[in-house]
Amino acid sequence: MPETAIELVGVNKWYGTFHVLKDINLTVGTGQKVVICGPSGSGKSTVVRCINRLEEHQKGQILVDGVELTNDAASVNRIRSEVGMVFQQFNLFPHLTVLDNLTLGPIKARGMTKKEAEERARHYLERVHIPDQAEKRPGQLSGGQQQRVAIARSLCMEPKVLLFDEPTSALDPEMISEVLDVMVDLANEGMTMVVVTHEMGFARKVADNMIFMDAGEIVEHGPPEEFFGAPRSERCQKFLSQILQH
Amino acid sequence: MKKILTFTLPLLILSGCSSSSIWGWYVIDPRTNTGWINIKFLISGMGDTILISVIAATISIILGLLVAMPGLSNRWPIRMINRVYVEFVRSIPLLPMLFWVFYGLPIIFQSMGLNVPIDPFWGAIITLAISDSAFTAEIYRAGIQSIPKGQSEAAQTIGLTYSQSMRYVILPQAIRRILPPLANQFIYIVKMSAFASVIGMQELTRRANELVVTEYRPLEIYTLLILEYLVLVLIISAGVRWLERRMGADER
Ligand SMILES: Nc1ncnc2c1ncn2[C@@H]1O[C@H](COP(=O)(O)OP(=O)(O)OP(=O)(O)O)[C@@H](O)[C@H]1O
Ligand SMILES: [Mg+2]
Repeated sequence: MPETAIELVGVNKWYGTFHVLKDINLTVGTGQKVVICGPSGSGKSTVVRCINRLEEHQKGQILVDGVELTNDAASVNRIRSEVGMVFQQFNLFPHLTVLDNLTLGPIKARGMTKKEAEERARHYLERVHIPDQAEKRPGQLSGGQQQRVAIARSLCMEPKVLLFDEPTSALDPEMISEVLDVMVDLANEGMTMVVVTHEMGFARKVADNMIFMDAGEIVEHGPPEEFFGAPRSERCQKFLSQILQH
Repeated sequence: MKKILTFTLPLLILSGCSSSSIWGWYVIDPRTNTGWINIKFLISGMGDTILISVIAATISIILGLLVAMPGLSNRWPIRMINRVYVEFVRSIPLLPMLFWVFYGLPIIFQSMGLNVPIDPFWGAIITLAISDSAFTAEIYRAGIQSIPKGQSEAAQTIGLTYSQSMRYVILPQAIRRILPPLANQFIYIVKMSAFASVIGMQELTRRANELVVTEYRPLEIYTLLILEYLVLVLIISAGVRWLERRMGADER
């Protein structure tokens, strides 16, 4: 077992009286890839958003790199510098060029010089296969290109962990693979990744651990061979048969 | 009675325009010596009306942002600061507030041992700025809240602090929704600046009043006064529309 990157211990969360996460236990080792799937509303996004403190949990512990997440500003800052996030809707800054999207964090949050930050940005734009779009605005790019810019923006902060919340769900079918290819590359380079997705081909290829969530619980988890080969719970079987049909 | 008025009033005005017995345009006839002097006297109030409005609007734009900020907090006691200010200020009629600032505020200053005289110029500016700031605060709040939540979340995940995210991500995007209504608000200030006449500020309205007292020609003088405001407001509206077009063009 490699060193632990993320650990969730008995995490519970409520929205008012609605119990959205129920006793979530999850360990992600450094360099591991965890894929989370499950029906809509099962709490997948909420888990991921709790890991980088976009949402607060009310009970249990979340540790990133051994440090517990609390309300303390220093701990939140630490998480933000180590955990990157890629959103379903890209969330690029529409008023800035691609290059400025990428350098904003390094310059303002890390105090890098403009020159250093731009060098780094161009390096990562190349990594996501769009080196020649740096001067454009996000609105001028295709969805697939926008999502790759968003991945590059996260990489520019050189995080230890990358979270993905349905990164291909807002994309036209023909653009899904260009984003997944970039993610597979990242996985092969040893990035620690937590990915919410229904792309089961991708999951089989990269996942070390599959998680199936339903109604705020982790119903089933395990390595992909086991998970896809012989799901134990009925709910998971049903979900997989629905999703693998097409 | 009302019916009779609505029928006869337009007729009265129409006939009045042609019959010289009702209208005495000579008071502001630029071809006569006194007429020209009167016109110059009336129009020279323009400078103070514009100056008061511009300074009051500038203060209101800054004050409004400061008031809007607590309104965006996710903690309700902080949000309350915004709500109380906006609801309170918004409910005070301009004229009583003007009296309070001009006649009342100096007494408070005096009791604190400060000698801060408030002249009509600054009395009008303070009143207009505070009164307007409740509205600009709401404009800021609506503009900032119209930016999707994903933007500030993305800013957080790349490590920006709250104020950095405001400055580099949210406000630059919100500004194109904020500027047009803010400019519109300027029209409101220009019109409300007429109240400054009541505390002795020699702006457009005050000058018209003074001339009416000496010339006994309220119809012509107040007609010109209305036209003066009309011209001012039309110029500002043209500016607002130009701004809206520019903002819209940027939006893609
Ligand atoms: N801010 C909120 N306030 C109240 N309820 C919320 C809030 N955010 C999410 N929920 C509810 O929590 C549940 C879990 O939401 P979550 O977004 O984590 O689901 P998900 O598994 O990501 O679903 P999807 O596949 O649709 O993205 C849903 O029932 C949702 O309606
Ligand atoms: Mg979701």
